[in-house]
Amino acid sequence: MNNGAVLTGEHFLNGDVACAEGALAAGCNFFAGYPITPATEVAERMSRRLPKTGGIYIQMEDEIASMAAILGASWGGAKAMTSTSGPGFSLMMENIGLGMMTETPCVLVNIMRAGPSTGLPTLVGQADVMQARWGSHGDYGVIAISPASVQEMFDLTIEAFNLSEQYRQPVFILSDEVVGHMYEKLVIPPAERIHRIERRKPEKRPDEYVPFMGEEDLVPPMACAGEGYRVHVTGLTHDEMGYPHMFHTTQERLVRRLVDKIRLNADKIIRLESDFMEDAKVVVIAYGCVSRSAREAVERARSKGLKVGMLRLITVWPFPTKKLRELAGRVETFIIPEINYGQVAYEVERCAGDRAEIVQVGIMGGTVHSPEDIYDVIEEFAQ
Amino acid sequence: MIRRVPPTEPFEVERHLSKNEALHGIHPDDTYLKPGRIPHIWCPGCGLGVVLNAYIQALKAREIPQDRASVISGIGCTGRAAGYLNMDTYHTTHGRAIPFATGLSLIRPELSVTVLSGDGDLFAIGGNHLIHAARRNVNVKVICVNNFNYGMTGGQSAPTTPLEARTSTTPYGNVEHPFNLVSLAAASGAVYVARWTAFHARFLVESISEAFMKPGFTFIEVITPCPTGYNRPNKLGAGLDMMKLFREKSEIHHGLDPNEAELDLKRRIVVGKFVDLEKPTFADGYEKLMNGDPKRA
Repeated sequence: MNNGAVLTGEHFLNGDVACAEGALAAGCNFFAGYPITPATEVAERMSRRLPKTGGIYIQMEDEIASMAAILGASWGGAKAMTSTSGPGFSLMMENIGLGMMTETPCVLVNIMRAGPSTGLPTLVGQADVMQARWGSHGDYGVIAISPASVQEMFDLTIEAFNLSEQYRQPVFILSDEVVGHMYEKLVIPPAERIHRIERRKPEKRPDEYVPFMGEEDLVPPMACAGEGYRVHVTGLTHDEMGYPHMFHTTQERLVRRLVDKIRLNADKIIRLESDFMEDAKVVVIAYGCVSRSAREAVERARSKGLKVGMLRLITVWPFPTKKLRELAGRVETFIIPEINYGQVAYEVERCAGDRAEIVQVGIMGGTVHSPEDIYDVIEEFAQ
Repeated sequence: MIRRVPPTEPFEVERHLSKNEALHGIHPDDTYLKPGRIPHIWCPGCGLGVVLNAYIQALKAREIPQDRASVISGIGCTGRAAGYLNMDTYHTTHGRAIPFATGLSLIRPELSVTVLSGDGDLFAIGGNHLIHAARRNVNVKVICVNNFNYGMTGGQSAPTTPLEARTSTTPYGNVEHPFNLVSLAAASGAVYVARWTAFHARFLVESISEAFMKPGFTFIEVITPCPTGYNRPNKLGAGLDMMKLFREKSEIHHGLDPNEAELDLKRRIVVGKFVDLEKPTFADGYEKLMNGDPKRA
């Protein structure tokens, strides 16, 4: 790719802009969005860069339309993305469901601010974690990635595109206002060193192609518009041919596959960063901007000889259930600092049950934990 | 750990692939319909068959290959039209066919992208998308089937239901004023605006084929009978009675100001082509800025 999409070199940029550059490096050639703080910089960057790299940028009338437009573009063969924050994320839920049901690859960036409703538009939040998991009605599997630095906004946006193509569904970047707006050094590698996963295409002839028949990994190859396969795509419950079929047996096969293609591939998708875990009695679990304060608090505690470990969720969904169950047997306390009233903590409780003490250090939004906030709790439980 | 019991009924691929039923292919236009999808779900006397056929005839008239055409629909009776056509078809969410089509059309400009949906879908829940797509002049051909009510859900009032008309949710008569769809589409910036009824099958084919050749946002309203949902409470008889009414009450006024295009089943139904103008499309403008001065990037 030498169309100027990959800005190889060293940069000093904010997380939103790095996210846009990551998308371009992943091959994104369609962006539809609607202005919203604190995600607007993603759209602004795309509006500047896409026309000059052969892609399409369009500002839609709302987030419902933005999500619909990227699904349409994806069926036209595009790598498509939109970006938003809480209120827009709520509006996108309807067509996220369509994207899940029709297995449409695309990337949705949510730069989380504090809610509910309009909340604190310019200030940080992390309270959309459960919305990302369960926001649209019905059952489906979810992949959500939570970058913690400007470099990760770039790297993990590429990863999000790759996962969306691999598993054929919308993938979420669940970032936050702090990471979106912070400026850091960003290193963009040469284009040929960027790993890109491309859409799996049908190898069969149109008359043999079964458009919604999952392969071994439960993901069906995808035929896009104008490729001669004449596929019918519907948000209704459909059989493997793609045709509406209003029977519980078809619903059973379809929805199980939609959930299972993530559930059964979870080990391949999940990315965790764990440190100081060998002898840890207390483990701090964090993600996004809070993980930066958490890391400093854990390092300080270690330097004072406290047996504290750190687990950073790079993928928030699918949740590392297996890992947490395993840890719950030997870790006495999980400390979960997050900018909400206990969303990841709720998952940790689900996994650990009564086998470990679970301490949520919640902030309702608007600010990040200082390392001291987290250190004080560590000290209390690790003594 | 939750134990999940696996499903018991596998999908029989062979049976479905060989579903090219014996009856498919008898009619020369069957090639435009997906094998095994007929019979359709529409009621006897519904106007949707006429509209679907008009779309197919217009494709033939313009010799647009099926693999260069795509139909996108929303939710409702008309929303099901896409699923019968033997091409790439997308049955989206309620009201969102137009923004979906916008994405597809922009990324695949060589495709003829048509939105085929109903009045409730396009003007109630999808109203905002329609006016903005018209304003942007994206290259999307909209065919709006207006049957004055929500048929799929059993005949509720719509933004097109005439004043005082009875529906299942206006049992004492409708107190809301209806939209004039052609006027709204024209005011929003559509480059081609026409209205026909299911009775005007040939005019409709001509109109759709004109729209195919017109770059930008085109809008065609088709008035259709809904014998089950709308006709019954309003004592309008069967589908055929409605077709007779269309014949009696319709007046063709090409070039009329769409604000003046009256639609009153009791008085007169003004049909015809109201708008046909040239204006740069979104894609035209976008192409210019793609190739514009790189220093301004």
